[in-house]
Amino acid sequence: MADGLSRELIALRASRELSDGMIVNLGIGLPTLVSNFIDGLDITLQSENGILGYGNILEDDFEPDFINAGGQPVEILPGASFFNSAESFGMIRGGHIDVAILGGLQVSSIGDLANWYVPERGGGSIGGAMDLAVGAKKLIITMAHITKDGAPRIMNECSYPLTAEKCVDLIVTDLAVIQCQDQQLTLVETAPGISVDEIINLTAAELIIDSNVKEMSL
Amino acid sequence: MAVEIFSDPARAVSIVQNDSSIMFGGFVSAGSPSNLIMALHNSGQSNLTLMANNIGLGDKLDLLCESRQVSKVIATFAIRASGGRQSNFEQQYHKGEVGLELVPQGTFAERIRAGGAGIGGFLTPTGVGTMVAEGKEIMHVKGKEYLLELPLRADYAFIKAYKADTQGNLVYRGASKNFNELMATAADCVIAEVEQIVEVGSLRPSQIHTPGIFVDRVVQCDPVEIRWE
Repeated sequence: MADGLSRELIALRASRELSDGMIVNLGIGLPTLVSNFIDGLDITLQSENGILGYGNILEDDFEPDFINAGGQPVEILPGASFFNSAESFGMIRGGHIDVAILGGLQVSSIGDLANWYVPERGGGSIGGAMDLAVGAKKLIITMAHITKDGAPRIMNECSYPLTAEKCVDLIVTDLAVIQCQDQQLTLVETAPGISVDEIINLTAAELIIDSNVKEMSL
Repeated sequence: MAVEIFSDPARAVSIVQNDSSIMFGGFVSAGSPSNLIMALHNSGQSNLTLMANNIGLGDKLDLLCESRQVSKVIATFAIRASGGRQSNFEQQYHKGEVGLELVPQGTFAERIRAGGAGIGGFLTPTGVGTMVAEGKEIMHVKGKEYLLELPLRADYAFIKAYKADTQGNLVYRGASKNFNELMATAADCVIAEVEQIVEVGSLRPSQIHTPGIFVDRVVQCDPVEIRWE
């Protein structure tokens, strides 16, 4: 089997879901990389620690009060605003965020998400994930298709504790793009060099194969 | 009650007793009251309940665990799902030596807001169908499921602002309003660490984020740099 997408290419593919005018929240980790691929788009980034309208991550210039939710110093763009966490999560739960892109550990066949608690490690943290999963108008999950040990992460029922029920709209993995709609999973794109059968074999949930399934254009 | 101005964080936190509950503002580096935390660390008060967004991410709160001053933490981010390093808090948590109530971040913020605003509770869709719902009342409104979440208050709030005037009016900078602005309303005694104290009248009324009536003690300190670890 060919190698799947790198983390950067997963982020690039996820970025293709974004378009002008959107208000977007990027989760910690892989989703942060999506910000590298939105130059030229008129997108407003929200960070749940209380910023609307941040730009690039500033590697060298650390200002402790100007960070995103991943603790990284960020550029504050013209037109940006700052607010407290109650207002920030009001924005999130209140349906004012068009798209949230989060990392995932498991997604179920009906779009349940598990992304905060690793039983093998005896814990995890919730942060803003549960509110974002419930509140964003569209939820995109970026993750590896299988675990390091080869176990599927897309399955009939999540074995890890849930972040939220029936919340996922789209999954972008290193192998595939899968739509979650009406509590059904549909394979819509395959990574270059990866076959539909390979994806079916590495997915532990029923997958509808879209009649127009195609290779991702990256 | 008039605000008291201090020049030494140790004096500002000397009011704190053993067995207290304390809210700490800040989100990793932004608006963390690190000087007050270090003063509390030096004070040795113990059996404390901490309420903070995060602990063990490079913040000074983990110092309080190192010195075993903490019995319980209420937080949104305290245990790492990956990575090798474990904070003092995590080590003690895994040994059962310290309690943890993990709260979704939006629920944490809103519980504090409710606590400061005299609200008896609120309904949120966040956490329905998850471990967070355990033991909570589920309510149906217009066909949708919600959890009943209750307000949060503490004996003390330690917060960090950029500027204060001598009446305790506060101004925050950048993304440091976060939990500071909320916690300022939700504790019996609010202690603010600030970078500058200015005369009354030099802050424009429209510029003030936290009205001085919420603030009991102010202490000027040079900021301490915190980085996500």
